[in-house]
Order: sequence, then structure tokens, then C-alpha cells
Amino acid sequence: MVDENADQPAPSDAEAHQAAAAARCPTAADETQRRTTRRQAISIGVAVSPFGVAFGVTCAKAGLTWLQAAGFSSLVFTGGTQFAAVGVLAEHGAAAAAITAGLLLAIRSLAYGVVMAPALQGRWWKRALWSHVMIDEAMAVGTAHDDLVLRRYGYLWAGGSVFVLWNLATVAGAVLGNASEVWISRLGVDGTIPASFLALVWNRLQDPVQRWVAAGGAAISIVAVPIAPAGMPIILAGLAVGISPFIGRRGRLPTTTSR
Amino acid sequence: MNAGWIVLIGLATGVYALKAVGPLLLGNRPLPKIVNAAASLLPAALLSALVMVNTFAGGKHLQVDARVFGLVAAAIALQRKANFIVVIVAAAIATAVARWAGGVL
Repeated sequence: MVDENADQPAPSDAEAHQAAAAARCPTAADETQRRTTRRQAISIGVAVSPFGVAFGVTCAKAGLTWLQAAGFSSLVFTGGTQFAAVGVLAEHGAAAAAITAGLLLAIRSLAYGVVMAPALQGRWWKRALWSHVMIDEAMAVGTAHDDLVLRRYGYLWAGGSVFVLWNLATVAGAVLGNASEVWISRLGVDGTIPASFLALVWNRLQDPVQRWVAAGGAAISIVAVPIAPAGMPIILAGLAVGISPFIGRRGRLPTTTSR
Repeated sequence: MNAGWIVLIGLATGVYALKAVGPLLLGNRPLPKIVNAAASLLPAALLSALVMVNTFAGGKHLQVDARVFGLVAAAIALQRKANFIVVIVAAAIATAVARWAGGVL
């Protein structure tokens, strides 16, 4: 993982208070948050890896080699997109159709990029490298923090953790084969995915404006699932941000005590 | 070159472009206030949509199944300030038990 804090000297005991006041230096509270963040990043990587195995199996069934399966997981590295594209190939669909289906599911990466951009500052090649892990989980763990340094820390840890585990799982699935789907369902692994996103949005729900936007996003996505192409419900949900100017006054009234 | 490689190369390029536009074009540049305000609220909308889609979508239709029990268990755990791993494990157990019970009944 990239840790950009190497250039910040650790504060001695005498300087600790001053440094804390000056912010940005690692403090005890900071380290606790980092530990929590690393734990989240690794858990979420573990939670998605059964789906990596399933992806490997799907590739094998679609007639792709294990090398191609590994190529999808390392170079495309966007779960939903990978499943959609290989699903089309499995039904002997055209390459153009598979690419279109995959890209539709990846459009939300554009929105994630806008959200994450302020936290991903640095030389262009670093930004280029970091962008590769612009996935649901990395955005989710990163944006749990408002502080930009912690935001990048969470993003890179979650992105890195999922990248490593997802790729190992894919190769395992492509080589070993079949039973994974049964076990995903039997062990309730599919139930952990929404749970992890809920955990990561949870603190935001304490704020009334954020809560209204979250409710709006949830409502839009539910309405959009049956009518919009796969992948679009997530990005359409972003439109819920547009309701924020209207809830400033009304939204705060009954709930300010919860802050 | 078979279709698998063509799709792989096409998607690797296209998806990377989508991922990198934000950080490469907007990075290191102060954003207009309204974009910042929207960006600070956008995660709430996107994350809650991810929760909903991963709970209620089965392909293109909506369905209520064992995953709902997992989500409820997660919400209860979060309400009780459980840590992340406990939340995830609670969701897996609730989903698995609900599915098993549904299969048995």
C-alpha cells in the first residue's frame, strides 16, 4: 500500500499536544481510526472474495482460459462489469454487446472519481495508478471519512485489499471450478454485501441532510431497477443530491437533537 | 484473437478511462463550491443505492428474499454500535438462517 505519511515526523511526547492542535499529524485517535479502517478494508475484501471465486467459475463455464479470467480481474477490476461481460460471452453474444453491457455497469466509476478526486492529489502518475481501484468498496470505505488524508487511506486500503483477494479468488475459481455459487447462497455471503455498504453509510445518517439524500438515493434506485439498464440505478441515485437545497430548513427541525 | 481477448482489452481500456477521469482531470485543482457541496452529499446517495440494489435486485426485477434478514440484522448490530466485522458476520448468519428456514418450511 502507498503510505504518504512517511514524510511526517512522529511527534514526541512534548510536542504531541501542539501537533494535535495543528492537525494533520498522526495522533492516537488518528491511529485508532486507521486501525478501524484497515480492519474494514480487509473484512470487505474477504466478503467479496467468494464472488471472485464465482467469477472464475463463470469464466471457465463461458469457455475462457484462466489467464483471461485473471486478466479480467486484474485489468478490468470492476465486479459487476466483469460478470455482465462474461455473461454475454457465455451466451455467445457479440464482443461489442459484451463491452457495452460492461461499460454501462462501470459508468458509476465516473461519479466515484468525482467524489474521490479531492482526496487523491499528487503527481499525475500516482493519480493514474490510484484510479485503477475506483470501485464500490474503495469509494465506500474512503468516504466514511471526511478528512481527506484518511479518505485516501481508506480508499487505498480497501482498493488494495479487494484487488489482491479478488484476483487470488478468481484464479482459484477458474482453476478449481464449481461449487462456489451454492456456498455463497448457503453461507449467506450475498447478505454481507449490502450490510457492509449500510455499515459504511451509517454515520452519515446521523445528519438530517445526509439522511434525506440517502433516502432519496435509495428510493430512486429501487424505482430504477426494473426500468433502467443494469448499473444505471446507482448513478441515477446520485440525482438525490439535488434535493439538498430544499431540506435545509425543514429537515433540521425535528432531528437536530440527534447530532 | 478470440472474442474473450477483444472484450478484455476493450473493457480494460474503457473502464479505466471512466475510473480515471475524475482524479486525472479534477485532481489538484480547486473545485467550484457547488461541486464540492454535491460531492460531499453524493456518497450518501450512492451508498444507500448500493444497499438497496444489493438487497432487493434480482437481475432486472425487485424481490424480497433472505438478504432482507441480513440487512435487518446488520441494522440492529449497527444500532448497538457493533464493530464492522460483527455487522458483516451477523448479516451472513441471518441471511443463511433465513434461507435455510425458508428452504425447510
